[in-house]
Amino acid sequence: MNRNARNQNYIAYVEKKSPKAGWFEALFHAFITGAAVCCLGQMFSDIIKAFFPMMDLLTLGGWINIIVIALTIILTGLGLFDRLAKYGGAGTFIPISGFANSIASCAIEYKKEGLVFGIGSKMFFVAGPVLVNGVAYSLVVGIIYFIIGLF
Amino acid sequence: MLDALFMYLKVILVGGTICMIAELIVIRTKITPARILVIFLMIGAILGGFGLYNYVVDWAGAGATIPILGFGNSLANGAIVAAKTDGFFGALSGGLIATSAGIAVSIGLSYLVSFFVSSKTKKD
Repeated sequence: MNRNARNQNYIAYVEKKSPKAGWFEALFHAFITGAAVCCLGQMFSDIIKAFFPMMDLLTLGGWINIIVIALTIILTGLGLFDRLAKYGGAGTFIPISGFANSIASCAIEYKKEGLVFGIGSKMFFVAGPVLVNGVAYSLVVGIIYFIIGLF
Repeated sequence: MLDALFMYLKVILVGGTICMIAELIVIRTKITPARILVIFLMIGAILGGFGLYNYVVDWAGAGATIPILGFGNSLANGAIVAAKTDGFFGALSGGLIATSAGIAVSIGLSYLVSFFVSSKTKKD
């Protein structure tokens, strides 16, 4: 088989294997999944508010994040989150669940490489950039506000 | 009752739209999901830095806080609030304090789960 024919075969193979769903459908899936995750968060927020009416908004937001993160990691551990991610696309990785899933799935994936350089360092393969950038922005914003506050 | 229903409509609208924009970027360009996460985080931190994102949070609740934009906002917002009360030390520590619970739970629980679950070899 010469090189050209092989390349054409490969392209045909990729076409066959790659998902058929049109981009409109993918957008719809992302919208539905993202909205569902956010609704779940709002639901927990309403439940917590009903039990602890005195809780301030920051603590409430923290608790909702913790609940969504914990659910995501448990689903990742059970192997169910992958299916949801395949369906939802950006609808699953843009909510905080994507951040949690990236940490959990990398930890599981690189478990074989050991406790220190496997789980310990590869855990942040995707979440690392997010954390590094986030902390850097928060430092910049904080320092700017501190300087403005001096005058 | 109607108020609560309207709130959920707003959550669906805002949360769904943010995810749809991200999906559109994934489809139309070659930017990888990890980069999109960082870009959205940056947008959230900038909006939070100018204090604009809090209006979205007030309007749409969890629809604004659950997406990664809300994570960026709480990083920026925590730094601003702490800078006002604790001065320079607050400016340095506030962002991480506001998000520490979520980060700690993600790391701790992932560590725990990875002891019990092994990765399966993927079938095509």
